[in-house]
Amino acid sequence: MTWDKDLLDKANKIIELYPQKRSALGPLLHIAQNKDGYISDDSVEVISGLVGITEVQVKSVASFYSMYKQEPTGKYLISVCKSISCEILDSKSVIDAVKDFTGLDNNETDEEELFTFEAVECIGACGGAPAVQVNYETVEGLTPSNAISLCQMLKDEQPELVNADILQEKFGGVKSFDWAIKDTSGTIGTAPGFQTFDTDEVSK
Amino acid sequence: MKETILLTKHMRDNPSDSHLLNSYEKNGGYEVAKKILKNGSPADVLEEIKESNIRGRGGAGFPTGTKWGMLVEDQERYLVINADESEPGTFKDRILLERDPHQLIEGIILTCFSANIKEAFIYIRGEYAKPARRVQNAVEQAYEKNYLGKNIFGSDFSLDIVVHLGAGAYICGEETALLNSLEGRRGEPRLKPPFYPAVKGLYMKPTLVNNVETISSVPWIVKNTGKEYNKLGVEGSTGTRIFSLSGHINRPGNYEIEMGSSFGEFVETLGGGVRNNKDIKAYIPGGASAPWLRGDQLDIKMTIDDVAQNNSMLGSGAVVMMDEDTNLVSAAKSIVSFFAHESCGQCTPCREGTTWLEMILERVASGRGKTSDIELLLDICDNISPGLSWPPKMTTICPLGPSAVSPITSLMNNFRNEVEALIPTKVKI
Repeated sequence: MTWDKDLLDKANKIIELYPQKRSALGPLLHIAQNKDGYISDDSVEVISGLVGITEVQVKSVASFYSMYKQEPTGKYLISVCKSISCEILDSKSVIDAVKDFTGLDNNETDEEELFTFEAVECIGACGGAPAVQVNYETVEGLTPSNAISLCQMLKDEQPELVNADILQEKFGGVKSFDWAIKDTSGTIGTAPGFQTFDTDEVSK
Repeated sequence: MKETILLTKHMRDNPSDSHLLNSYEKNGGYEVAKKILKNGSPADVLEEIKESNIRGRGGAGFPTGTKWGMLVEDQERYLVINADESEPGTFKDRILLERDPHQLIEGIILTCFSANIKEAFIYIRGEYAKPARRVQNAVEQAYEKNYLGKNIFGSDFSLDIVVHLGAGAYICGEETALLNSLEGRRGEPRLKPPFYPAVKGLYMKPTLVNNVETISSVPWIVKNTGKEYNKLGVEGSTGTRIFSLSGHINRPGNYEIEMGSSFGEFVETLGGGVRNNKDIKAYIPGGASAPWLRGDQLDIKMTIDDVAQNNSMLGSGAVVMMDEDTNLVSAAKSIVSFFAHESCGQCTPCREGTTWLEMILERVASGRGKTSDIELLLDICDNISPGLSWPPKMTTICPLGPSAVSPITSLMNNFRNEVEALIPTKVKI
């Protein structure tokens, strides 16, 4: 499936933000990730045309960054942090719990394409270790049992919008800092929820 | 020990709506930018920054005034805010982005006015989805009120800001890698020279690259004068700094303090002490790249120079405390794995070396190590960072490789017995 007119309009608007077209490559790859759940060959072709570089150049950039996936992802990308602050507060037990529940190993997606699991490097939630992101929405202070409840809820309710505040309230614990501001925005899909990409739902 | 609240004042006073323009403005926000754009000159801002003696908050601690002074004349010049905060242990920019984005925007306006820059980019790491949305909302609000765009506040000065999302690469925190990434390329650090983006940066044009916390400090400095800022903290480490405290601590979090107290005092007072009244075995004073300090070195003062004198660095201000029960070999492995994963792959010593270090540490940690492994680890480290000295020498383009060496030399210099204890002395045939 190629990019429809709406998507192309959005892409062209993003390109206009930059002094040079190629700078829009990163944002366009996020849009491609959001569209198909990975960087498809079709998107590579479209982006190559939009930005004016070769398909190989697009792929070379796409393969460098860990957030652009080479294979289709599930509806929910579960990223458990394993870097130092999380590691010393037993992130391993959270990783094991999520692996157990989903039956997935690192960087695997289930057959139903519901979950993709990955153990990731620092997500900037060290004061709320161990921490997890679901589609890049951060949940801090997880326990293994709460991590399982979180996955169970996603499986049962399958929300379109993933909102950090809701997940934190239900399943989280210690936070890196007081989040203070109530937030109803969040991510739809496996690219970060961001208004410029239209991958979010924002209320101001 | 108490906090000194400058940068985090507005968010503390107005917790529920500190991200909104009207709340920021009601509390004196944008006043100083308006004043300077109306009646001030670019040199006024630069003068205050120089006088404040503020040093960059991203990790390297380069004097901000000096950096700005190095910016070469050109028709096109850019400001890039480095919000690619990814150093393990660090979460201080996240709070500034999430809870006070207008303070950053006001800092950008003042910086760009001072340096005659008309376009700024905020490069936020892709995983910071919520902070990025907050900043984008704030940018849009500022445009609506003409605090950004053409003829800001009715002055002659125009400025555009683009919020750009990264895509999961720690190396893009290195400023030349960040610029490549922003140009739509792989995030590989550039060969030096040119050493400074202020000479050749984005699109090979003169570019200031500054950290979120640094630029968020600009409104306070310009409003209250560099002289007042310079009075805070100690010589060489002036002003306040937001430290991210994590690990085996009762009250982890971000704390804004004047530099100069000891790590021990910081942990005991603001940090609420060590969990379960344990002792500290080792701690990281400035992010995963920094060599560790021992639990008996908690009296070291939290200044850039004091930590440097003890062969480590204050880096990004990320303090990670590890208590007496911590398995330090696993901790070192976690950090080495991080750098192995984040190596961009350009330089052989780093690309291959970090992966070998990871594999060897893995086998040592799981009790399958060989007696020769300690020397092997140090030999590989020496290939990346000859002499294993501090500050590190390097055989690589950027300091990422040598950063992977830090936890291993820390381990071998101070906790070698813990490594040896894991290595079986008799080999099974």
